[in-house]
Amino acid sequence: MAESAAVEFRIDRRSGVATYLQIVQQTKQALRLGVLEPGDRLPTAREVVEATAINPNTVLKAYRELEREGLVEARRGLGTFVRRTLGSAAATTDPPLRAELTEWTRRARAAGLDKDDVSALFNDVLDSTFKGDQDS
Amino acid sequence: MTGAAIEANGLGMTYGRKSGWALRDCSFRLPAGRICALVGPNGAGKSTLLALAAGLLRPSEGSVRVLGGTPGEARPRIAYVSQDKPLYPQLTVADTLWAGAELNPGTWDREAAARIAGPLPQDAKVKALSGGQRTRLALALALGKRPELMLLDEPMADLDPLARHELMGLLMAEAAEQSTTIVMSSHILTELEGSCDYLLFVDGGRVRLGGESDDIVAAHAVLTGQARDLAPHTVVESRTTGRQMTALVRKEGPVDPAAWDVTEPSLEELLLAHLRSPEAPALLTPSAHAGQEVAAI
Repeated sequence: MAESAAVEFRIDRRSGVATYLQIVQQTKQALRLGVLEPGDRLPTAREVVEATAINPNTVLKAYRELEREGLVEARRGLGTFVRRTLGSAAATTDPPLRAELTEWTRRARAAGLDKDDVSALFNDVLDSTFKGDQDS
Repeated sequence: MTGAAIEANGLGMTYGRKSGWALRDCSFRLPAGRICALVGPNGAGKSTLLALAAGLLRPSEGSVRVLGGTPGEARPRIAYVSQDKPLYPQLTVADTLWAGAELNPGTWDREAAARIAGPLPQDAKVKALSGGQRTRLALALALGKRPELMLLDEPMADLDPLARHELMGLLMAEAAEQSTTIVMSSHILTELEGSCDYLLFVDGGRVRLGGESDDIVAAHAVLTGQARDLAPHTVVESRTTGRQMTALVRKEGPVDPAAWDVTEPSLEELLLAHLRSPEAPALLTPSAHAGQEVAAI
């Protein structure tokens, strides 16, 4: 085998998150953190399943999803390689968005909602807003 | 469309007039290349089904075809590990592996067998091995044969958690590389859940659920809300406490999200609900329907 893979995946079977999504999310997280860079090779399906005992099709499904999003590309006979990184700046540090959310959270608290209420409300809105994206 | 690894039509098996039917009216199809969990309670017919597919039993009625032929014709391409892991007690580990090589000329993969049997004491006699070690040796023989279809009856039962994880990983790696079809039985779903993408749920001698695990789960929903009529959905199980009703249903059309809190059941919840409701109708996804090619002609 050529150069070893740049990351390995940890699968938590009790998390309630679909296994393929855990691989997708961990890959994206590694891209955001700079652990994975363009040109890096993801572990082969064989490597992943031998280490985690999950189903090979689950790995392939995750890689197809990452490929569909343009983050990785499969090169026949060579493996799956990172194409680009994920910019994180806008999502985590955009000041106006953060300020609005902070302001909204304060209002929710003032209205008598506790942390769990706020979290439930936020997740509900989050789910309904992004619902279409998931289904497509 | 890929071929079928196993296709059963009206398959039934009885071990004698008095013992009733171990398996009855089983019709299903397992597409090649899948890793299939064969689950069900004790005495459901799992071992009978595997032994029929391996050609060790002859069906009392109906038929089973394996890799496009009879189980006998397919035998060189099948590896079957039965629950009791039959090995020759007087042979050593090394002798057993040698026998595996001699009995499978042309296909024997020494490396694959050695990867699994490596940790075993090579000069120990089989009768001196522990249950888990015997399982390891039996799986080494099965993988060394480089089969297209592996039929494994309770393969993980004797193994400690570490060995279970390691061997399951090796099985999955083999499947990833060779596109081997694997059928593994267990009465413990969680043992198999992460590794399998196909499900055959056998209960009372019948196949009650069959198909891609994801599709089977997606066909159902857990509804919580005010007690009311659940039509048109098929109710697998429901419970009413005061005004609140919780029901596991098979969806027939869209579920009204305003009326119900809708969640997806776990595979385990789904199986338990079916076990508690023996009258719930069977569900086979399209790929699990037997005889579709025949019907198309």
